[in-house]
Amino acid sequence: METKRTTFPNKALPYAFIAPQLLITLIFFIWPAAQAIRASFERQDPFGFSTTFIGLAQYARLLQDQYYLASISRTLGFAAAVTIISMGLGLLLAVAVSRLIRGTQVYSTLLVWPYAVAPVVAGVLWWFMFNTSTGVLSYVLRVFGVHWNHNLNGTHAMILIIVAAAWKQISYNFLFFLAGLQSVPQSLSEAAAIDGAGPFKRFFTIILPLLSPTTFFLFIINVNYTMFDTFGIIAGTTHGGPNQATNTLVYKVYADGFIGLNLGSSSAQSVMLMLFVVLLTVIQFRYVERRVQY
Amino acid sequence: MVRTTLVAGLSALALSLTSSVAFAQTEINWWHSMGGVLGERLEQIAADFNASQSDYVVVPSYRGEYEESLVSTIAAFRAGEQPHIVQVYEVGTGTMMAARGAVYPVYQLMADHGSNFDPSAYLPVVTGYYTDTEGNMLSMPFNSSTPILYYNKDVFEAAGLDPETPPKTWDEIESFSQQILDSGAAECGFVMAYTGTWLGTENLSALHNVPYGTLENGFGGLDAELTFNHEIAVRLWEKLKEWQDAGIYSYGGPAGGADNAPKFYSGECAIYMNSSASRAGVLANADGFEVGFGMLPYFDDVEGAPQNSIIGGATLWVLNGHTDEEYDGVAEFLTYLSSPEVQAEWHQATGYLPVTQAAYELSQEQGYYDENPGADIAIRQINLNPPTENSKGVRFGNMPQIRTVVDEELQAVLSGDKTAQEALDSAVERGNQILREFEAANAQ
Repeated sequence: METKRTTFPNKALPYAFIAPQLLITLIFFIWPAAQAIRASFERQDPFGFSTTFIGLAQYARLLQDQYYLASISRTLGFAAAVTIISMGLGLLLAVAVSRLIRGTQVYSTLLVWPYAVAPVVAGVLWWFMFNTSTGVLSYVLRVFGVHWNHNLNGTHAMILIIVAAAWKQISYNFLFFLAGLQSVPQSLSEAAAIDGAGPFKRFFTIILPLLSPTTFFLFIINVNYTMFDTFGIIAGTTHGGPNQATNTLVYKVYADGFIGLNLGSSSAQSVMLMLFVVLLTVIQFRYVERRVQY
Repeated sequence: MVRTTLVAGLSALALSLTSSVAFAQTEINWWHSMGGVLGERLEQIAADFNASQSDYVVVPSYRGEYEESLVSTIAAFRAGEQPHIVQVYEVGTGTMMAARGAVYPVYQLMADHGSNFDPSAYLPVVTGYYTDTEGNMLSMPFNSSTPILYYNKDVFEAAGLDPETPPKTWDEIESFSQQILDSGAAECGFVMAYTGTWLGTENLSALHNVPYGTLENGFGGLDAELTFNHEIAVRLWEKLKEWQDAGIYSYGGPAGGADNAPKFYSGECAIYMNSSASRAGVLANADGFEVGFGMLPYFDDVEGAPQNSIIGGATLWVLNGHTDEEYDGVAEFLTYLSSPEVQAEWHQATGYLPVTQAAYELSQEQGYYDENPGADIAIRQINLNPPTENSKGVRFGNMPQIRTVVDEELQAVLSGDKTAQEALDSAVERGNQILREFEAANAQ
């Protein structure tokens, strides 16, 4: 049987093609990551005059540190809340827009706008709206008897950053869900409708399962987003406070390394965060992807 | 049209000429964190210096907030690209002092390269913060400030208080605020920046002449410990909680507290405590009311109070690794910077303290304090008494982290999670752990 496969005799050329990408990965990911791993085993003064190898002492201290352990569970809660809210609302809006006959483009364009807002700006916008004395939302809440004070109330501060982080991410999720919905064959829904399935039944038994590749992809993206990209929101608003109520893992890396100049502990924390996200992604691929139908 | 092109062409030519001249001069890089109007004043100082002589050219460059420029400096130093001069905030002092190999102490620089440098010309309470235990000046004071009290005269009048009399003690803060609340003249009594840290523990300890930490507040060595969980701090923190519940005090957030200033500017709160360098901002933003000035309050039943307040702000550090010729220029620039004229102008334009006695006297001669009542409150307050071991400043490594911890603990008090004693004990305990880490990392 004659094969149509083309073979390239040049062995070096493929490597040359992937070299730019490899180089970028090496310089911007592998090299800094290796530096962080090395620094996590050392104790060093900020200017780098004296360096002592201390093995796993930084890690041991972190795992005994009640504030660090609290930060882990806090980050998980934050990630879950943001992912559920932003994906849920993104899907809801996508379904709503996909049922429109006219004006789909206008709605889509408007709904995508928040994605263009930088995280720190998104944070500050909500910070203003929730401002204890001058904010619109805190004024409205006062009417309902809620005395909003994210400067002192940890729950309020957490709600603030969840809202800001989720709001910004809804656009992204919306866009992908909308594209996903458009690739679900209309005929399946119609057939189900003829068989007597109502809109909810059709959505949950036909559309949602067919959307699962999109949902899975967005799930991973959103978890990574809350782990890393929400840094700006926290840095622009709560600074991890009050009393550490919004001190997530990524913000703690910054605060301890950048402000505290404790490079060893900060490096150990970023290595932990990296392992954490790798682990999470592996779990997702291993167990969740099995249920995904492509 | 032709004219504008011509002008543009000429100025471009002039620019290229000056820059080629500048090339022949020795360049001095100065990294700083003064944004906005302060940054413009700073650039002006550099430009004036450059115009005053032809050997050196000082190039100021804004490197973000204090913590950002400190981190960039450290990164630059590790890469061998450090500037000659860097502005570092007072809480970074411990870090800079511990970095002996990186820093060229100012007293030594001046001895090696400068002429007629007289450390005694500087205000002792300013230099005291930046000298080692032998009395050597390690960095050059530039922008120092101290917290003072601002109050809304109109609200005072409406509440039946004398608008010319600021509250002097914490008792008066309480009774004045209560009267203001009762009269309905304002919704809250007072706000304060750095409630837990610079004002509520560091200056509180200095004003009452009690130690903030052991070994002369950390000046004596890296093995010092924090001791600010004393009776006076417990008393203030307990009061703050009580006052917050009564509406007398309102919390505006950690560190400087982003929500403090708006509450004072809008007339919601009658009294505001913050840096003397906030003066220009307060006067510009006070919305249709007259501002009065006063000193920080104290507990009048504590013996020796008020002692004197301590400073904040930043100083200029000279970094190692440059040529002798360049250091000659640095020394000349630092001398220029300390001249009475430059200092007096900087002080009057910004609200920072004059760092030399001569600059203070010059401002007096110029009639600045007569025209601007309240502008000398800060300088009188830091000079109330000769500084003691407890009131010349605080010097601890990792101070920014310690301040974060103290802010957190204060929040726990204000939200009702902890008592003042518990929170201060915990702040001291956590702070000491941070100090031990710093000691271990910086042990030579």
